[in-house]
Amino acid sequence: MIRKSRVTLLLVLAAGWGTATAADLSLSVEIPQLPVAEYHRPYVAIWIEGADQNVAANLAVWYQMRGDHTKWLPDLRQWWRRGGRDLKVPVDGLTGATRPVGQHLLKFDAAQPPLAALKPGQYAVVVEAVREVGGREAVRIPFEWPIKAAKRASATGSKELGAVALSLNP
Amino acid sequence: MKTSLLIALSALLVPAVSEAARPWLLPSQTVLARSGGWVAVDAAMADDLFSVNQGAMPVDTLLVSGPDGQPVAPQNITKSRSRSTFDLELRQPGTYRIAVAEDAVTARWEEDGKPKRWRGTAAEMAAGIPANAANLTVEQTQRRVETFVSVGTPTEVKPSSGAGVELAPIQHPNDLYARETAKFRFLLDGKPAKDLDVEVIAGGTRYRDAPGAMTFKTDKNGEVAITWPAAGMYWLEASVQDEAATAPGVKNRRASYAGTFEVLTQ
Repeated sequence: MIRKSRVTLLLVLAAGWGTATAADLSLSVEIPQLPVAEYHRPYVAIWIEGADQNVAANLAVWYQMRGDHTKWLPDLRQWWRRGGRDLKVPVDGLTGATRPVGQHLLKFDAAQPPLAALKPGQYAVVVEAVREVGGREAVRIPFEWPIKAAKRASATGSKELGAVALSLNP
Repeated sequence: MKTSLLIALSALLVPAVSEAARPWLLPSQTVLARSGGWVAVDAAMADDLFSVNQGAMPVDTLLVSGPDGQPVAPQNITKSRSRSTFDLELRQPGTYRIAVAEDAVTARWEEDGKPKRWRGTAAEMAAGIPANAANLTVEQTQRRVETFVSVGTPTEVKPSSGAGVELAPIQHPNDLYARETAKFRFLLDGKPAKDLDVEVIAGGTRYRDAPGAMTFKTDKNGEVAITWPAAGMYWLEASVQDEAATAPGVKNRRASYAGTFEVLTQ
């Protein structure tokens, strides 16, 4: 069972990162398993930060969608401050339910929104997670836009986030 | 000898909470999601920031203005021994100003050798102070105690009264972060307040040996640049004593501003 899921993951990775024809930005975000008595899935915001540190493009926002729990979105402090507070949620293709422990893959076509609007320059992918009765953590991976050559970069959170891997494919 | 006795006696006549106690409004939160919600506010006069261990601050002159400038009615107003409290339901996106402001006249005089004190509005002066009061001293006090709360994206904060000391922030008071520098502008009677003494103290004074006050003086534009050392609630005070009283027949004026600001983590 474990082996099978690993194989599936590898296939997904291969499909996402290997055989793409159009330029894309792929991201793998790990929500770690935590040895805590009371566990709630984290709220997560993933965005592209411009040189001015503001949100250049929102990539994903995961929060408790059942009932009205948007009141906790400001706890994603960096995201909230840098542009989250300007956003009226839910947003199609952006907001979604919280995710379970594990690897989560996201892929964005460079020619499609929200990436199509990015001007050439220095950016960073930021992943921020905050957990009820838990902590908050943000992980940053800088990159240059547009994609000129294939690039892989990664960063690892220390508590609320696991490995975060960025793959840029021209 | 006689003067010191007089001072001692007048100190006894002042209400339980001395005028020197720090006035503050403490909101339960300052940053709310776009869906809005409820905020509870404590109003107290206590030197320990922000412990309700001294006296309640009266909220008779409380004025909450919404992002559209319209007043928002406070709910569940309670005055207890050591604090006043009230709730605010905030549904409209933008910044809310919560302010307790007063413009009063304080008179001290002697009657039959005993010190007398009266406090009221400029309009009530004639009725409150005897015409033949001996050794009369009169002072106008303009006090403004404020805090701010924002729902969703903060909106511009504009000074409202044009009287006394007011805050005309350059950096939004709900957009303050640890280790960042925020510029605040102060106005005196609607004009940039030059050379104004500003004091900033982090909350939690009970848990520190040193008061840790940061002091600033406004520049010619009435501005100070404050670098917040850490996240937390801060109390800011700016005050001036001059001879620019506007109450008829009064010369001395004391104008003060006290604000509570939340500084967030990076």
